[in-house]
Amino acid sequence: MEKELFETDVVIIGAGPVGLFSVFELGLLDMKCHVIDILDKPGGQCAELYPEKPIYDIPGMPSVLGSELVDLLMKQIAPFNPTFHFSSMVQEITKLDNVFWEIKTDHNEVFKAKVVVIAGGGGSFLPKKPPIKEIENFESNSVFYSIKNKEIFRDKELAIVGGGDSALDWVMNLEEIAKKITLIHRRDQFRAAPDTVKKIFSLIESKKIDFIMGQVSKLSGEGGILESLTCKTTEGDIEVGCDSLLPFFGLTMKLGPIANWGLNLDENLIMVDTEKFETNEKGIFAIGDINTYPGKLKLILCGFHEAALMSQQAFRYVYPDEKLTFQYTTSSSNLKKKLGVS
Amino acid sequence: MTKINFIEFSGAEHSIDVDNGNTVMEAAIQNNVPGIDADCGGACACATCHVYVDKDWVGKIGEAEEMEKDMLDFAFDVEENSRLSCQIKVSEELDGLTVRLPEKQF
Repeated sequence: MEKELFETDVVIIGAGPVGLFSVFELGLLDMKCHVIDILDKPGGQCAELYPEKPIYDIPGMPSVLGSELVDLLMKQIAPFNPTFHFSSMVQEITKLDNVFWEIKTDHNEVFKAKVVVIAGGGGSFLPKKPPIKEIENFESNSVFYSIKNKEIFRDKELAIVGGGDSALDWVMNLEEIAKKITLIHRRDQFRAAPDTVKKIFSLIESKKIDFIMGQVSKLSGEGGILESLTCKTTEGDIEVGCDSLLPFFGLTMKLGPIANWGLNLDENLIMVDTEKFETNEKGIFAIGDINTYPGKLKLILCGFHEAALMSQQAFRYVYPDEKLTFQYTTSSSNLKKKLGVS
Repeated sequence: MTKINFIEFSGAEHSIDVDNGNTVMEAAIQNNVPGIDADCGGACACATCHVYVDKDWVGKIGEAEEMEKDMLDFAFDVEENSRLSCQIKVSEELDGLTVRLPEKQF
């Protein structure tokens, strides 16, 4: 993959509600933002875990759905036109000199920015790894939790596990190129788009794929190369020959590479001060659920407050020679112009 | 108050008095019962509060709703008596309920 270079004022890691609102606060102070998130959409937990659940403690909003809050924040930050980089995970942050940080993602994107804001929430959403004995021995050759290049499955015998959209989409995607696909799911109901489910049933009926109702209990093979797996079913154990296993059990939050960035942590949370919400590295801030300080509450509204105060200090790094004057959006013609409402 | 018994995979038992109206997951978290992660905080969105309901209680506890059944697809080693504890509301009728915890939430 070719390297892509970006230069900006601020890189925000995490597009959850707090990351999004940072774009607004930083934007009012004329700072341009790039926002990176591992998910394929904005909203973080609000989008991934509870898009349909009402939130009752956003000031001024007696009840708002996770998805509604995300939509409203996207609308609120639109005047500042941030650049989003979805499905990307930040791997490294390195100090370039006294002014700039370099941020690298797993998609070969490289950012040069004066300020980094970590709004990583509960960490990175990563695929769940089923706790099957010795699964880690097969991970480098035969077990795949996500798929970057489907060609590696050409003429292979695949076992795909799960009953959601990811599992079923990959069955359909790989059906033509794989030698054989066995779909394994614990029940004969699937939780996916109705059209997808219909297609899967017809693949099973026409015997283009095998379906086993059961759960994987054991992997067998030599030297990290999978040869077969054992499936626990109501009719006893079934042995399935396969050379690749693709388990799709949804996502879980893990701290991930954040732990390697040289920041002071306390129980997997980033320690910050309560004036600027800055980490032990000047120019790297942490706001929202990912940070900790005496009295910290993991509330979206606290993250919003942290975003506002963080922006004041960020301004001093981005515009070291300029004076910062405090203004209100209600009355400042300057701010109203930036918001496109003057 | 209603008594709920948690049995960890290791066999360790915790007997907890729970206010009616709370969920079994909340009871576990508030009383630091290890083995329930509850990543999503009770939104039925993560399947990390998976428990096995004691066989004697399966009939009394009622059936899981569709959403919970779907979410159980993301748990591991799901059995007939598997439930997500964030969806079990504690009431007087459940006094003495016993749930067993899996080896690992994942």
